[in-house]
Formats: sequence, C-alpha cells, structure tokens
Amino acid sequence: MELNAKIPPGPLKDKWSFYKDHAKLVNPANRKKMDVIVIGTGLAGSAAAASLAEMGYNVKSFCFQDSARRAHSVAAQGGVNAAKNYKNDGDSVYRMFYDTIKGGDFRSREANVYRLAECSAQLIDQAVAQGVPFGREYGGYLNNRSFGGVQVSRTFYARGQTGQQLLLGSYQALMRQVAAKTVKLYTRHEMLDVVVIDGKARGVIVRNLDTGEIERHSAHTVILATGGFGKIYYLSTLAMGCNASAIWRAHKKGALMACPSWTQVHPTSLPQSGDYQSKLTLMSESLRNDGRIWVPLKPSENRKPNDIPESERDYYLERRYPAFGNLAPRDISSRAAKERIDAGFGVGPQRNAVYLDFSKAIKEQGKGRIKEKYGNLFDMYRKITATDAYVEPMMISPAAHFSMGGLWVDYELMTTIPGLFALGEANFADHGANRLGANSLLQACVDGYFIAPYTVSNYLAGEIKSERVPIDHQAFIDAEVQVRAQLSKLLEINGTKTADYFHKTLGKLLYDYCGLSRSKEGLIHAINEIKKLRADFYKDLKVPGDEDEMNGELEKAGRIGDYLEVAELMCLDALTRDESCGAHFREEYQTPEGEALRNDEKFCFVSAWKWRGEGQEELLIPEPLHFENVELAVRSYK
Amino acid sequence: MKLYLKIWRQSDAASEGKLVDYELDNVIPHMSFLEMMDTLNEQLVLKGDRPVEFDHDCREGICGQCGMMINGQAHGPIANLTTCQLHMREFKDGDTIYVEPFRALAFPIKRDLRVDRSAFDRIIMAGGFVSVNTGQAPEANGIPITHEQAESAFDSAACIGCGACVATCKNSSAALFTSAKISHLAKLPQGKMESRKRVLSMVKQMDEENFGHCSNTEACEVECPQQISVLNIARMNWEYSLSSVLKK
Repeated sequence: MELNAKIPPGPLKDKWSFYKDHAKLVNPANRKKMDVIVIGTGLAGSAAAASLAEMGYNVKSFCFQDSARRAHSVAAQGGVNAAKNYKNDGDSVYRMFYDTIKGGDFRSREANVYRLAECSAQLIDQAVAQGVPFGREYGGYLNNRSFGGVQVSRTFYARGQTGQQLLLGSYQALMRQVAAKTVKLYTRHEMLDVVVIDGKARGVIVRNLDTGEIERHSAHTVILATGGFGKIYYLSTLAMGCNASAIWRAHKKGALMACPSWTQVHPTSLPQSGDYQSKLTLMSESLRNDGRIWVPLKPSENRKPNDIPESERDYYLERRYPAFGNLAPRDISSRAAKERIDAGFGVGPQRNAVYLDFSKAIKEQGKGRIKEKYGNLFDMYRKITATDAYVEPMMISPAAHFSMGGLWVDYELMTTIPGLFALGEANFADHGANRLGANSLLQACVDGYFIAPYTVSNYLAGEIKSERVPIDHQAFIDAEVQVRAQLSKLLEINGTKTADYFHKTLGKLLYDYCGLSRSKEGLIHAINEIKKLRADFYKDLKVPGDEDEMNGELEKAGRIGDYLEVAELMCLDALTRDESCGAHFREEYQTPEGEALRNDEKFCFVSAWKWRGEGQEELLIPEPLHFENVELAVRSYK
Repeated sequence: MKLYLKIWRQSDAASEGKLVDYELDNVIPHMSFLEMMDTLNEQLVLKGDRPVEFDHDCREGICGQCGMMINGQAHGPIANLTTCQLHMREFKDGDTIYVEPFRALAFPIKRDLRVDRSAFDRIIMAGGFVSVNTGQAPEANGIPITHEQAESAFDSAACIGCGACVATCKNSSAALFTSAKISHLAKLPQGKMESRKRVLSMVKQMDEENFGHCSNTEACEVECPQQISVLNIARMNWEYSLSSVLKK
C-alpha cells in the first residue's frame, strides 16, 4: 500500500489556491440531497457542521457532552495564532509556516503547514465577526501576546479563556443552523463504530448515553472531529470524557493511524498531589510571557520559595536556552523540568514541581496589569491550591496534553477510508512531532471553517449519484451486532476491578515508558505489561448495571478497552522510531548536551499504521516527507 | 476525614427520588469534591451497586457540565466556584453533607444528580448568535472596539452555562444566563445590529421553557462561577423594553 497525500502541484504558496480553483463543486440543488455526519462539537466539529450546513448540506452533529458548548476546546486558555503582523514585528505567512514546521521538528508536510499559516488571518476575521471578544489595545485594535517557540507576537487571546470564546462562537454558529433545521444535533450520543459500504464511509453506530439505545445513522460522508486522546495517560489536562474510541474504531475499519506516540507533555500544569487525583489542571503557557521558571540551586531544598535568595536559584530555561528563555517550546521546557526534577531539585510536598515566579513582572508592571492579563488563571490557581500566586510563586509540573498523532489524513483531510474525514486534533497533520502553543485552536478552526467545506464538497461531488443507504442495510446490521457484542462482553466479565483501576495502571505505564522520554528496553517492557493488563481487563473487570440504561461505568469501560489497544500501538510506534524528534525523545538518541538527535536519513517519514486483526502486530507504512522549501536544520532555541 | 453523605438517588425522570445515606472514610482535604464522589463510586462499584451518576467533564471549571446542590448551595459553600473546583478542605471531619441535583422545573432530572439543561441550548438557538456565515467576515481590525468595550463584552461572554444561577434562584429564573448572552452581543458592534430582535426572541424562549421570572434577589451573581454581574439583567430589561416599544 502506497500512501498518496494528494499534494497539489505548483509552488508552496500557490498550492491551496490551486486546490480551491480546481476542486469539484456540488450545485445548491444537489447539496440538499446529501447527508453529512459530523462526530464531535469542539472547534473543528462545530465549525465544520455549521459551515457545511450554511452551504446547504443536511448535517447531523453528535457529541457525548450534554451540550455542544462543553466540548474540550472550551478549556484552551492562552490563545490562537495568526500571521496578521499587526505588531509590525516581521511576521508573515512564510515565517509562521517556518516556525510551525521547525517547532514540529521537521516531521510534518510542508504543504499542510503552509496552508495552516495561510488561512490563519481569515480565522481571526471570522471569529471577530461572530462576536469573539479578543483582547484589544486602548486604541480599539486587536492585541497580541507571545507564545513559546517564536520570536514574534502573533497570538490573539480572550484573557485566559480563548478556547471558550472561540468555541462559543462556533457553538452559536452551530445552534443558529440547528434553529434553521439544517443541522440535527444529538447530544449525549457516543459514536461506537463507522459503517463502511463498498469501501466508503456511509454511516455510524452511536449509543444514546442517557437511555443506552443503539442507533444507526446513514450519510454520504462521515467527519470525525473527536479530539485528542491524551487522557490515555489517565492524569492529563484533558476532560474526563475525552477518548480515542471513535478514531480507534475507524482505525480497525481500515483508517491508518499516524505517529500515535507523539504526545505533547505540557510544561505548565499543576503537579499531582495524591493517588485519588483525576486530572491535572493546565496553567496557560501565556503565563511564561511574564513568569520565570526556576528551581533551587540546592537539591532537596526545604526553605520556602520567597526565602531563597536570587543567587541560590537556577533559572534553568534562561540558562540553557538564552535566545528563547522562558518561552522555549513545550517539548523542550517539559524535558528540562523533568531533568531538574529527576536530578532531585524538584519542589513541593512530592518534589515533583518547579516554580513559576511572577515577582519580577509584578515589580516591573504592577499587580494590576498582571491581574488584567492573567487574572482568571491566578484565581483558578488559588481555588485549586489555596495559594496566592501574586505573593508566592506557582508550582507547576509537566502533564500529558495534546495528541500530535491521530488518524492519517491526506491534504484533503481524508483518511484512508474514502468518505471518512478527520479534522482537528483527531488527525495527524500539521504539528509534526511537537505542536507550538496557540496552534491547536487555529488548526481545529481552519480545518472546520476553511478546509472541510472545500474538500468535503470535492468528495461529495463524486457521490451525487449515490442513493441514500437505508439503515437496514446488512453493513449497518453487522456493525450494530458487533457493537452490542462488545458492550455485553464488558458487562459479563463481572470481575473484581473497576475500569478506573485499569486506566490508572495503564496511565502510569505510559508516563514511565512512553512519556517524556522513551528507551528501547522500556518500550519492550511496556508492550508486555500492556498485553498482560489487557488480558486482566477482560478477565477481571467489574461493570455494574445494564447496557440499555444510562451507565457511566460502561462508557468508561468501553473507552478503556480501546485505550488498552491504542497504548500498545503507541509503544510500538515509539519503539520503531530510532531517533529523537520533538516530543518523541529516545534516550539512546541525544546530543552530549541532552538535546533531541534526529536521524533525517532514516526517519524523515510519517509512521502510518495499518490494523491487521486481533493479536497481530500492526503494519508500518511510511509516508516519506519531502522538504522542498526549508532546509532540515538542527532545531535550536539556544 | 470521615464524612456522612446524604445523596439524592433517582432512577429516571418519571421515578420518585430520595436521599440515601453513605459513609465515607479516608477523605483527604486535597481531594476535589468530585474526586471524593469518585472514591465513593469506586466503593459502590466494587460492592456491585450502581454508582451515583453525576455530570462532569473538564474538571477545571470551564465546561460548565458539573453542578450539584451541596448543603443547599449551588456548587457548594464557596462563592463563585464550580463543583469540580471545590475541595474537601472546606469541610470538617465528621461533617454531614447533603448532595442534590440542580432543581428547577426547566431542568428535569435524568438520573441521580444529572439534569437536562437543554433549555439553555434552545435559548441560544432563539437568537444567541451573530448571523454571519463562514466566509462573510470583513477584516478583523476594520471596526475598532475600545479596550473597555471588549473587556466588558468578555465579562458577559464568560458564562459557562452551568445553570447554578437557575438552581440558586427561588424563582428558577434563567435571567442571568439569558441576559449575559444578550449583553455580550449587544455590547459589540458585530452583534448590535440584531440586538432588538434577539432580546425579544430569547426572552420569549426563556419564558416558554418554564423558567421563573427575576425578582432581583441577586442570589445568582453570588453563586455564578464566572461572577457574571446582575447588571446584565438590567441591560436585558432595558433592551427588552426599548425593543418592545420600538416594535409598536
């Protein structure tokens, strides 16, 4: 099997225009006859559903939350990038493209990344028109802040709630279409399988989480915008319900998964405080604009942070990366924190944190200005830790955050199943081996608002003659039988351990062996342990209740069953990549200074994986990356 | 800490519910309230009992999905906080805690502590948006908006739609929720154009959903996790009167 990314011809800057000029269209009268299913109502999902409905398609939109407004895009704090160059600081589409491709350690497609930068300015226009209250200067014009890994200010923000405000914009656009009856919205519905007929995605099987009912929905195309699966680590910055099930079940139906082990570990989350903990709360990267990160110079320091004099502090990011300092990219900052913590310089009761200190910024700018910029983050910190960060430094620690990996998609964001698209964090596309801050909101929005309307139409133009598939088609019956069997299987085990037990055990394994640093030995060990844990799961899981009712434990068990398979593929993916790049840090491959050591000769490709059946090792299908516009450089932030 | 919990259990909307007693040992002050509930549920599952269903997702105070009446207060004893941000250090060893769902005619109970807040979505559907399609937007800096105007619109837009305002109001009024969206959009030039039609339509929908009227007790603002101001309600009333008069 050869992967064809379908990159349009021509120079880099003209590729997207070329695509748009030549994409096939569906005339308005035919659009009414075509059904589109969108799974997920985060930024990518709601933007795509609303935009396609505005064009005239019949859209069905699904989310597992009780309202479309609660999808986890809502929690993104810091901002969204766009190459507007409002700051007149030398920004341009090309520079944004270069920053992103370098930030991803040269492991993404040039054409995709360029398009992301190219569409960024338009996204800001769209959001402002929807009423997103971005931060403004006193003259009335839009303001920007800086984010990690770049030397310009191109991040637009709405205090520390940018994701919420952007999502409310797309949610409102979606609800406008629901009111217009062009979208039918199904909340509290979870996708459990994709239905493939004659090799094309033609529908889904979903479960109504309030009643337990299994439903079949048919369409001409299915769009997955189901987000990331960082929750596989159990302790993460993600919401409790975030999961891999939709993309994993699509994977088992033939869609390839790309680079699943590339997980971003965010450097500024709150540290774990005990075994009962269910999530790690993120503190926005934007705080690193004004906060300075340090640990005591002396290991096992017992003095309070404010009692440690300046001369006995190690501002290790400023020391190691003077050019970018506290704004070094996330993978590098997280690894640097882990290095200090592992060396015994960690702070806090569990010695698992570093300080993020605002005293200098408060002295220079005043408390009022800091409060205006980050007030809600300081409030959140106080609510969770009962500590006033205006007086005492915050304590932060790395936490699993974003999945760069996901379903493999071509330039049109279509998976290897024709008619099945993957948008936003659910796909592997633009971020390579490490995502830059404030690029995730951007990618989700650009995929949903500006790319899917063209590429989905281009696909549907070829499907005009396809009749609607009735839901009593054999493929729907078979898929439903399989889904029901899976649910019954989980309920029938009746063992002695809860779903959460397995999730926590799996999460710890992944943090230890497939997290910030990986080794061949550790990954082989982890694969064996995961296999054992999966066997134990199907022998000793306990799920009370029934399948035909609301059953939160059954939902969890289904997701964890999938995670136990995803985890094994993650480890295999990490094991077969004998190099370090971005978030993927193999201990065997590092420079004498401890920086990631890429191997462009052997690993300048995307690892796409093909499911070959239960108990069989997945097949690696590489998609070679061709760099025609940038030189593969050592990624330095020193 | 040892806690005595009295938790509302109800199978579905049609059934009668009741408070059920549970005892929970080894509660740690650093736990969040929902982690305490997780601990209880883990024990219930291992005993083969049905765990307590409750709404939650992001657990960082922004998705608006969690919400319980804790000792009679929406989101518990601390003002301007979501349930997921409430920590057990606010309680004492030996405390008895009453845990109930958000109660309102417009929020039917689905099971245990889970309620149906889709009425909020229908209020937004009635006009809580700017009528702009993808692709129609002009240049973002084309219409300057003062810093103060943008900040003020943000203050209204920050609502997370949790429903604590309704749950705490003796009239079960959704005035704070509805007015926050009306104000957010009316404060910005992009939303201003449709503001007259919007306020009439959203208020009409709010009434149809069986929410009560606002009688200005201001209890909603006290509980609101985002500190949405009751001044939004004043603005809604003003916009409503103006629009009603101008319509005639």
